[in-house]
Amino acid sequence: MTEKRIRIMVAKPGLDGHDRGARILARAFRDAGYEVIYTGVHQTPEQIAAAAIQEDVDLVGLSCLSGAHGYLFPRVVELLREKGAEDITVIGGGIIPDQDFQKLYDAGIKAIFTPGASLESILEWVGANVKPRD
Amino acid sequence: MGAYFSDDTINQSKELTRQWEEEVRRSLAQSHDQKSRWSTVSDQEIKRLYTPEDIKDIDFARDIGVPGEFPFLRGNQPTGYRGRYWTFRMFSGMGSAADTNARWHMLLQNGQTGLSTAFDFPTLMGYDTDSPKARGECGKCGVAIDTLDDFLTLVDKIPLDKVTTSMTINPSASVLWAMYCAAADIKGVPLSKIGGTIQNDMLKEFIAQKTFMCPPEPSVRLISDTIEFGTKYVPKWNTISISGYHIREAGSTAVQELAFTLRDGIEYVEDVIRRKKLDVDEFAPRLSFFFNAHIDFFEEICKMRAARRIWAHVMKERFHAKNPRSWWMRFHTQTAGCSLTAQQPYNNVVRTAIEALAGVLGGTQSLHTNSLDEVLALPTEHAVQIALRTQQIIAEETGVANTIDPLGGSYFIESLTNKMEEEAWKYIEQIDNMGGMISAIDKGFPQMEIADAAYRFQQQLESGEKIMVGVNKYVTDEEQPIPILQIDEKVEKEQLERLKAVKRRRDSRAVKRDLEEIRKACKTGENVMPYCIQAVKDMATLQEVCDVYREVFGEYRDPGLF
Repeated sequence: MTEKRIRIMVAKPGLDGHDRGARILARAFRDAGYEVIYTGVHQTPEQIAAAAIQEDVDLVGLSCLSGAHGYLFPRVVELLREKGAEDITVIGGGIIPDQDFQKLYDAGIKAIFTPGASLESILEWVGANVKPRD
Repeated sequence: MGAYFSDDTINQSKELTRQWEEEVRRSLAQSHDQKSRWSTVSDQEIKRLYTPEDIKDIDFARDIGVPGEFPFLRGNQPTGYRGRYWTFRMFSGMGSAADTNARWHMLLQNGQTGLSTAFDFPTLMGYDTDSPKARGECGKCGVAIDTLDDFLTLVDKIPLDKVTTSMTINPSASVLWAMYCAAADIKGVPLSKIGGTIQNDMLKEFIAQKTFMCPPEPSVRLISDTIEFGTKYVPKWNTISISGYHIREAGSTAVQELAFTLRDGIEYVEDVIRRKKLDVDEFAPRLSFFFNAHIDFFEEICKMRAARRIWAHVMKERFHAKNPRSWWMRFHTQTAGCSLTAQQPYNNVVRTAIEALAGVLGGTQSLHTNSLDEVLALPTEHAVQIALRTQQIIAEETGVANTIDPLGGSYFIESLTNKMEEEAWKYIEQIDNMGGMISAIDKGFPQMEIADAAYRFQQQLESGEKIMVGVNKYVTDEEQPIPILQIDEKVEKEQLERLKAVKRRRDSRAVKRDLEEIRKACKTGENVMPYCIQAVKDMATLQEVCDVYREVFGEYRDPGLF
């Protein structure tokens, strides 16, 4: 039996349209052999959580460059928990000041990648930390 | 037509170049170049040396000429920067209208010569602060504006007949511009006296920046409404700033930025002529443009020179414009946000200075210089001042403004300008053949061209073929944190209270009637602007007007291409 492929959703919460990083990452995940779903911009946390469950993904990568990550990222985790999908790993990236990291970790964001992070470092983290859900 | 060089010169050049090539070969046999391929940040390959042969086909009068004359390669103004420097225009906006007003007064006191407004995302997208979609965004990446009440605070003690104001606003541009017009009216300044710019360029939103509301076709229609209104009643206003900046930030090459921006311009001109039956010379002089100044110094200068020449030809030959002002491409420039690094952020001052210099040598009319901390957050006052001073040093100390287009005539510069122009024309023709920019966008063409270029650059960065200092070379282990601006959470609370108070005290019946008038105009094709001005005066909110647009025209959904 072949191992189940890891499914990744790259998502853009909020009103921010800066999608260069999100789209590059979606491609990089695809080229690395993952199954990738990209939501497009302007998604509410509710839409992202619902789509993540419906698409049965193992990882949600959130990207936000508007400064609204403090509300949007924890909200996605909270909604996944409410729906019993706390085993979906959630990571985040974008313009996120160092002093916000701890709050996001405390809220259940497993890793944060900021400007200058290499694709290699992100792929490495995913490879080491994300397994297919049961 | 005279030859640009005499036959003697070309023959001498050939002979000397041959000798030089032999010398290079000898040298390379002993030690290799540091890398096998040398290219621009856009991956455009550059030769080791340029000679007269590279530009021998130039016709001086036709292709180069003098500043202030067709084809404007060397600039629009016959006097260059001696008459006046470019406008020092720093893009700024954060928190509440009062916070931003304070920053504006600080900038004006520091010698800034024009204002430029950054709005927060709800404002950009046509939502009020009390919308569920606005949660967490209020004042974060710009100023929050819900009603004319906020707008009046924003322009408090700003002389609207003297200072020009640029507003980076797109799907909701008609509403924010209506607020500006209404504010002028309330302050007793006639519309004929106010000057400024609304970005109001939706095509690049679908292509790159992704701040969109309604589908492309009605979006362009609303833009034509504003262009028509400006032509008739607000003659000093630039009703559009056709923007390559965001296309570039999304990862395009310099040529893609050039080509897609100019093709967007063509699309708008066609729409206004067709829909509004205006003569091209009535409105074309008020069209303005906006380019990125990226880190690849010469490529940027050539891009800007090529842009002026292409646009002059487009206006004269494609649209048969007769007024020389219609042939001008006037543009604002911003240094490249995407070239800045979060690592060793003080290095960003150096990058920005080099990019700003490229903008000036490219002949920009207006310039924003990024602050060193903008890769981390909105800039602090101190960081903004360094960025503004960078422009002032270029203008007043370096001597680069002494003479016009100092790089004109360089073998390399003229050759690269020609090459970029040729490649841009190819894209323009390709999009013409697709039936125009709207249908190219529907096919995902410009979006995917940019995505390919962005991915290629990222891979070159990963492989070390392209370098960003502090990111993939010359990395330091310990980073010193720098002070950054935080937007207080109480901004959102206070803004919600202000909005509630305005809604309580306004005449709701008048607002309802105004919104119905806007709805009617949307449906009949009548110009929405006069109705928008009335509505905002009666304190209709930004979102209330935009909801009418959404209801009549529908909403655009991101196809999520990658």
